[in-house]
Amino acid sequence: MTDKTPHDWLNEHGDYLYRFALARLRDTHLAEDAVQETLLAAIKSPSFEGKSAPRTWLTGILKHKIIDIIRKQGVEQPAEDMSQYAAEEDPADEFFNERGHWADRPLAWPAAENALEQKQFLSVLQRCIERLPPKLARLFLLREVHEEDNESICKELQISPTNAWVMLYRARMGLRQCLELHWLGK
Amino acid sequence: MLSCKQASELLSQSLDRPLTRRERWALRLHLWICAACRRFGRQLMLIRLAVGKVVAETEQNENLRLSPEARLRMTRALESGQ
Repeated sequence: MTDKTPHDWLNEHGDYLYRFALARLRDTHLAEDAVQETLLAAIKSPSFEGKSAPRTWLTGILKHKIIDIIRKQGVEQPAEDMSQYAAEEDPADEFFNERGHWADRPLAWPAAENALEQKQFLSVLQRCIERLPPKLARLFLLREVHEEDNESICKELQISPTNAWVMLYRARMGLRQCLELHWLGK
Repeated sequence: MLSCKQASELLSQSLDRPLTRRERWALRLHLWICAACRRFGRQLMLIRLAVGKVVAETEQNENLRLSPEARLRMTRALESGQ
């Protein structure tokens, strides 16, 4: 028998798990749901006894719960988006002219090592992420920080890799533009 | 010859999948002559690094805690779930 109960997990790791989920889901209610489902799944798991690092183990369960939640929330339906854009509203059109050249050439940014030390850069980035459509932001965050490769993320989210590339491209183009506007003050 | 638009799409996809040999070659050729796309590629890498940092900061932000209500709800759920 273990002397640790699920209540101990909640007390000792609840806030950590919450922050982990919040960083990816960016919604307090969804993050709370993810933590609760993780703890409930943990009780039912036969393998919880004698875990040397419960936090690592709980975080592993949480990662799957986060993906479940993202799937249930519905990843934006890119197929519809694509056909909607197909005619004249290709999102890339605002960034490129009809010959495929940059409409506005990317600006020179400070070197990475300097930018990453800038509080202002990171807080602008945070706000730019918040401006993305929530579902797009979640897919993007999942992809940028998740240890899993794109293929398995797509499988778990039940979207095609092609759709994922299109959406990730949109997220990156949007963020890049937002950063130039609000960080570099173009 | 790739357009900047195509090159930017390949640069983004190169963060999500291995490019084919043909794509890599076409992209390399484009980047060789296009400073704007070289710059764009560096920016995508910086965004990826910075997003990792923003996420890590949220994970370590001790001010973010479960609300007492959420904690209570979970305590109850754990009791009935057992």
